[in-house]
Amino acid sequence: MALWPRRRTGRAVISAKARRQRVIVTAEGLRLPLTLASRGTRAAALFIDLSLIVLTIILTTTLILLFAHAVGADKAKDGTAANDLIEALVVIWIIAVFLARSAWFLWFELGSRGATPGKRMTGIRIAARPDRDGHAARLTAEAVIARNLLRDIELFMPLIFIGGAMAAGSDTTLAGWASLAWFAIFAFFPFFNRDGLRCGDVIAGTWVVEAPRRKLDPALSLGQGAQGLSTLTGAQYRFSAAELAIYGEYELQVLERVLRDNRPDALAEVARAICAKIGWSSGAGDERAFLDAYYTQLRARLETGMRLGRRKADKHDGG
Amino acid sequence: MNGLIGWFSKRQDAVIAAAEQATLRSDRFRLEREGDWRRLETIVARIEAGRIGAISDDDLVALPALYRMLVSSLSVARDTTLDAATLGYLEGLAQRAWFIVYGPEVGFRGWLRRFFGGGWSASVRAIGPDILIALGMMVAGTVIGWLLVAGKPDWFYALMPAEPGDPRVPGASRAALYASLFGKSHRTGLAVFAAFLFSNNAQVSILCYALGFAFGVPAILLLIHNTALLGAMLWLYHGQGLTLELVGWLSVHGTTELFAIMLAGASGLHIGRSMAFPGQRAVLDAAADAGRRTATVMTGVVLMLIVAGLLEGFARQLINATAPRLALGGLMLGWWLLYFFVWRGVWRGRGARR
Repeated sequence: MALWPRRRTGRAVISAKARRQRVIVTAEGLRLPLTLASRGTRAAALFIDLSLIVLTIILTTTLILLFAHAVGADKAKDGTAANDLIEALVVIWIIAVFLARSAWFLWFELGSRGATPGKRMTGIRIAARPDRDGHAARLTAEAVIARNLLRDIELFMPLIFIGGAMAAGSDTTLAGWASLAWFAIFAFFPFFNRDGLRCGDVIAGTWVVEAPRRKLDPALSLGQGAQGLSTLTGAQYRFSAAELAIYGEYELQVLERVLRDNRPDALAEVARAICAKIGWSSGAGDERAFLDAYYTQLRARLETGMRLGRRKADKHDGG
Repeated sequence: MNGLIGWFSKRQDAVIAAAEQATLRSDRFRLEREGDWRRLETIVARIEAGRIGAISDDDLVALPALYRMLVSSLSVARDTTLDAATLGYLEGLAQRAWFIVYGPEVGFRGWLRRFFGGGWSASVRAIGPDILIALGMMVAGTVIGWLLVAGKPDWFYALMPAEPGDPRVPGASRAALYASLFGKSHRTGLAVFAAFLFSNNAQVSILCYALGFAFGVPAILLLIHNTALLGAMLWLYHGQGLTLELVGWLSVHGTTELFAIMLAGASGLHIGRSMAFPGQRAVLDAAADAGRRTATVMTGVVLMLIVAGLLEGFARQLINATAPRLALGGLMLGWWLLYFFVWRGVWRGRGARR
């Protein structure tokens, strides 16, 4: 097994994640990287939202029925006051269902989180698409409304037609198939463009991006081990310039990941590989201190080079 | 210690002392600023959770400065540090803070005030040409419906699927038709009827709008088909000399409902037109512009349909004479025309200064 996962180059093998990377430029001139949400994540978010909507409708219905039963209105006769009450309850129910279907997405996406509960759970949010030069744009209420109005033809109409086609069985007419195909175009629209936009996104000028909520991990280069001193054995690790010159930024990041994961077997394997590369004889048991020291000193060397305008991307890079 | 570090507290001194001991310059950079980053993170998290009240005034005032400081931290960090965790954190936080600082400029309530205070009517005026086209389509649809049925009454059944027991068919007697206009069939359950009508009509008009996406063609077809029905009905009642009575019956809610459907169709046409003829802009940009402009119109359309549903469910059944029906319908039409095209709004002046 190779130590470093092979670095992928060339267009054909660019990872799916890299293909979803976009950069917007804020008003301050800051280049802000964004990751577009994958279609799978969005489908999951939608599914969660729809389940919650159905749940809300069921809850409202139950509450209304319980209320009607409690006041004894369910056995009322025509023209009595109780009958009027039932009527009012039915009206409330119709409006509640309409709101649950139409206002759910609107209400939540207009909030400062820009995401429905489903989107929050899957860690994504909506954002305004930047203009052609990549300048970031503000999300507006109008955009949120527009993108949600189109949901009907993208989601509910295809469902109705698919349901209709299934109910009709083999008797489905040509018109039935045609309308099914027509609405399938809308339903599968996100698969036919680079940014995964659905029709609503096109009309509203929005897209859906990942909203990472990262914690600030402690710096690895601050502890005792980073000073090159092993707390376990008392050994002092110092690496020469030649020993540090082997690796580049890519390897440094992999090393950082390994140190943060802190899995003993991975640590041991990486330590062995580095020792072999720089010609040290590897001992066992003190890998953590060894790697901490190597990480800190490699980072110090690469960052110094960076300040002087010399960067070394990976171990194959001559710089 | 989340963000609670004061500017010159003892703890801050301790942080600076730790920073002086750090081996790497990039770590010193990070330690010196970490307190401010965390303070910003706390503020952002509170705003995201919708608990603006939990943020102190000091923090709210400091938010823009903290955001700008973070932006500069990120720029410096990109050129000086190779700590992937710090970079990732800064980029994530910068993104979150950006969404807050440059979020929607108004909240839901502010948007509502702007909407009724002139935003709605301004957006209706902005799609004026499309409204004229939609109106033309509707008139054409009515005429087509009339002519089709007048030429061959069988067309009536094609336009209006026959329901058993419906008296409104060609050859119906004057009395039957008259009864259908002034009957009391829905006297009980008016509210339910109104709510159902609204829900149904809202779906149709949203469909009309959404189909504008396909270059507006389906929107036109939907408009013509719906008004052809109207033409056929007019022909049917005209044959028995009940034209005015039918117009009165329709006008109670029809002036509002047909107006709303016209606006929905016009919005669809507007999007279709901008996508078919984007001019100097990219098609996607043109579509987005048009979509946002017409979204306001469509919100209004849904509201109008609520009004129409109430009028249809209650007023039409309760008012049982042609003259008051015509007066009410005319009044509603006048109100909408005034609101959209004459009144210029209170929001406009403030918006211009912004």
